Amino acid sequence: MSARRLAEIQPDNFSPNRETTAFAKASVKKYPEGKQASAVIPLLWRVQEQNAGWVSEPAIRWTAEFLDMPYIRVYEIATFYTMFNLQPVGKFHVQLCGTTPCMLRGSEELKTVCRKVIGNQMDVTSDGKLSWIEVECLGACVNAPMVQINKDYYEDLTPEILEQILADLRSGKEVKPGPQNSRHRSEPLGGALTLLSDTSSSRAKAKPQAKAKAPAKAKPVAKAKPATKAKAPAAATKPAKAKAPAATAATAAKTKKPRGVKAPKVPDDLKMISGVGPKLEGTLNGLGIYKFAQVAKWTKAEIDWVDDYLSFKGRIERDDWIKQAGALAKGGVDEYVRVFGKKPR
Amino acid sequence: MSDMRTVKIDGEEIEVPAHYTILQACEEAGAEVPRFCYHERLSIAGNCRMCLVEVKGGPPKPQASCALGVGDLRPGPEGQPPEIFTKTPMVKKAREGVMEFLLINHPLDCPICDQGGECDLQDQAVAYGIDKNRFAENKRAVEDKYIGPLVKTIMTRCIHCTRCVRFSTEVGGVEDLGLAGRGEDAEITTYLENAMTSELQGNVIDLCPVGALTSRPYAFQARPWELRKTESIDVMDALGSAIRVDARDREVMRIMPRLNEEVNEEWISDKTRFIWDGLRTQRLDQPYVRRNGKLEAASWDEAFAAIAAKIKATTPDRIGAIAGDLCAAEELYALKDLMTALGVKNVDCRQDGTPFGEKGNRAGYLFNPGIAGINDADAILIVGSNPRLEAPVLNARIRQHWRNNGIPIAVIGDQADLTYQYDHLGAGPETLADLAAGKSKFHAVLKSAERPLTLVGQGAVARSDGLSVLGNAAMLAEQVGATGSEEWNGFAVLHTAAARVAGLDLCVLPGADGGFDTRKMLSAAGKGELDVVYLLGADELRMKALGEAFVIYQGSHGDAGAHRADVILPGAAYTEKSGTYVNTEGRTQMTTRAVFPPGDAREDWTILRALSDALGHTLDYNSADQLRAKIYEAAPQLAAIDQREVASTEDLGELVKEAGRMNSSAFTSVVKDFYLTNPIARASAVMAECSALRRGRKLDAAE
Repeated sequence: MSARRLAEIQPDNFSPNRETTAFAKASVKKYPEGKQASAVIPLLWRVQEQNAGWVSEPAIRWTAEFLDMPYIRVYEIATFYTMFNLQPVGKFHVQLCGTTPCMLRGSEELKTVCRKVIGNQMDVTSDGKLSWIEVECLGACVNAPMVQINKDYYEDLTPEILEQILADLRSGKEVKPGPQNSRHRSEPLGGALTLLSDTSSSRAKAKPQAKAKAPAKAKPVAKAKPATKAKAPAAATKPAKAKAPAATAATAAKTKKPRGVKAPKVPDDLKMISGVGPKLEGTLNGLGIYKFAQVAKWTKAEIDWVDDYLSFKGRIERDDWIKQAGALAKGGVDEYVRVFGKKPR
Repeated sequence: MSDMRTVKIDGEEIEVPAHYTILQACEEAGAEVPRFCYHERLSIAGNCRMCLVEVKGGPPKPQASCALGVGDLRPGPEGQPPEIFTKTPMVKKAREGVMEFLLINHPLDCPICDQGGECDLQDQAVAYGIDKNRFAENKRAVEDKYIGPLVKTIMTRCIHCTRCVRFSTEVGGVEDLGLAGRGEDAEITTYLENAMTSELQGNVIDLCPVGALTSRPYAFQARPWELRKTESIDVMDALGSAIRVDARDREVMRIMPRLNEEVNEEWISDKTRFIWDGLRTQRLDQPYVRRNGKLEAASWDEAFAAIAAKIKATTPDRIGAIAGDLCAAEELYALKDLMTALGVKNVDCRQDGTPFGEKGNRAGYLFNPGIAGINDADAILIVGSNPRLEAPVLNARIRQHWRNNGIPIAVIGDQADLTYQYDHLGAGPETLADLAAGKSKFHAVLKSAERPLTLVGQGAVARSDGLSVLGNAAMLAEQVGATGSEEWNGFAVLHTAAARVAGLDLCVLPGADGGFDTRKMLSAAGKGELDVVYLLGADELRMKALGEAFVIYQGSHGDAGAHRADVILPGAAYTEKSGTYVNTEGRTQMTTRAVFPPGDAREDWTILRALSDALGHTLDYNSADQLRAKIYEAAPQLAAIDQREVASTEDLGELVKEAGRMNSSAFTSVVKDFYLTNPIARASAVMAECSALRRGRKLDAAE
């Protein structure tokens, strides 16, 4: 990257439109009196959006005057952050990731395409539609090689696809962002290999299924490699102990998810149970547990399941949720006081 | 502050305040720590990494000592003091690594670099540099920036210490400089390469640890080891900043600041620093006598004869003498002595027409709290002054105090950018009267302050009702308790002329029984009531007002006075004589001769002594020592060189009685053009360029 300079040809002035002014005023209000300079980055960003994707010299001056900052301070910031374009850009500004993972996956060829279709970096095509620049890692290495065009990522590119995308953008056709090779987000090509049973539900359902696989893989997994971790979370949780997978598997066989109900109109305040806070209450509600009576009726297998689900290591039994919930279900606070000799929390 | 910590530095225990950084503690212990970005008067940046030291018990890596506080160090397991090492192999290796990185992009152009010989990087490379370059790639090159006519940039040499940026932001108070870009491409620049606007910008040259920012007028003039360095005192303003005059042969090559915590810390204004080219041009190097309307070169004898003929033909009451702003105490005393011997009562050292010295004695014309006393003030009122132009270094001190402690400041007079926030109470005397009558909110602020400071500028008093204004200001100071106690006298007069306080101390004032002051002399000369006027370096007068009078001008530069003169006696400039000056706070200081005056020019007091001979009233001293003995007799405080003689607060009482009616015209600073306030500055091409630039900018702003 060479030194970033202001464009040689500058507009005469910058006048903020109504949205920019409103945004600027709102941004300044977020900060305490006298600290309005804190809003400089959002303002420059907004100014850049209004100004066809680049920050002009009059725009820097306007920002500085709006925030009561010396020009040089805003200039420092605008030149420091590469996200602020100091030169005019095309309607579609391509930021091409050239960092190692993308380079290994073929970003050099993509650059050739850009050079062919657009020209040198920061050149704007004669129709004003396209421009490109090489940038550092955009954090989408798993879908390398990739480019960012305006606000969207285009991933898993080949030179042909990129050329097509550029041509489509130019001609005004709609282009689908994201992976360009039938991958779904960053899943493996050809579909997911793990968590297949019901991917839509929470971790709760996936877990036993994963655990079922665990014993078979217990030996090779013993020194949990990251690659296998994803496939066998249960095994990975206790990789150090060789016994663990077997033990977990044994528990897995005996546990049972308690039955949930739909949210009733008047749910009990589960926080009354000593050991349950607002966070846990939410989690329990998520499992369909709303009533003291439900908790009171949990079987050993169900307790074990919940205990495992919450990684409690036996806290439900230690705190005796069942007895507490029983008392609360039976006679509310009075019964609780009678049984435990103190008020519930 | 009493929180002290014991630390062990290179095995030696030392006790330092907890707020010290390790670097300061190391300095206290005498361990030398190299640094580029750290500067004791600027904020800490910690970006050069040269000051790395090893801290025992800390993380197993070198620590930047400038950014780590002593208070943050952990003691040993049994409570032993934390240990710091500055000479271990780890430290040496780390610093060598930093140095290697710094030198990667630094050009090897020391032979053509103006910083050569006084370059921090050069010096430290000798200690920590390696003799080979392991960097095979191309070096970075950076375009030079225009940042003004005073500071030259060679930006490839920049090591990004950001001292200059911090200086202009924090001390200068004008946010001109910035670090644009990032990483290797970072560049120091002003916005769109506009010239810097601070009056203190020259100091970035001293701050720059490499040759990236150098003096433009001094470029390629001399090498530091060729220069004869003379410690002296500046006379561009009334602060008497400590300077070092660097000369080669018979020419002053540059002027640098010296450290004086009590006066200028380590800064000097641009006028002080870049005035030296004015010392070479427009010099009066031989006497001149006007014959048939034209000034012609003459010998000393001819000039003296012309003067003697005129003076002997004139009665003393038709003779006047006015002393200028750059005169030393020696010639002021000699002038007064000569005039007394001639019987002349029309003598004045106040060419700007201020009323100082008439009432209220010494406290009435001194910056009583002292320049360093600004740091103790808890509220400041500025009346009729623009300290930024009248004394930029003093203004920097006010700014520093305002920045650190947020003291309330108010101004009556010009509404100028002073680099700090202030309440503008009003423009003229009515505001001062209102304030004195307690009608302003700021009265309460001053009243509640323990040590209020009332700064009175020349703009408030250099007017016909000056004495009354001065009286009102003194009354206000007394009212709010600025002058009540023994340890605090907050009545502060900011002079603009280096010569003034010494002149007042020596009573170079109109004689008691009907002597004319400057204003009366001018009007008398205009009316033809004054036949001879002796101008001792006085150029800031309306020369036309002198009418038909016979004018003798003694001074160093061919300025307004010399153009009007009938006889010119060439004197010495402040770098060419050993002269006593008293600054605005009453500190006696002495300049030292760095070079000899050009041609036939002489030290000023010797000219007056020789003239007295020609006039038949020989002054009875033959050497500077004899003259000074007389001066010390007349004003003992002048004997205490580098000491500040504080004036008694009681002296102010008499001044308060003068508080009376004031005109309605607004106060306005006497310094209109910072760069052109005296004959030397007006002879300087550099100052002329700065002045033109400033005027151009003002025009732009007005459009």
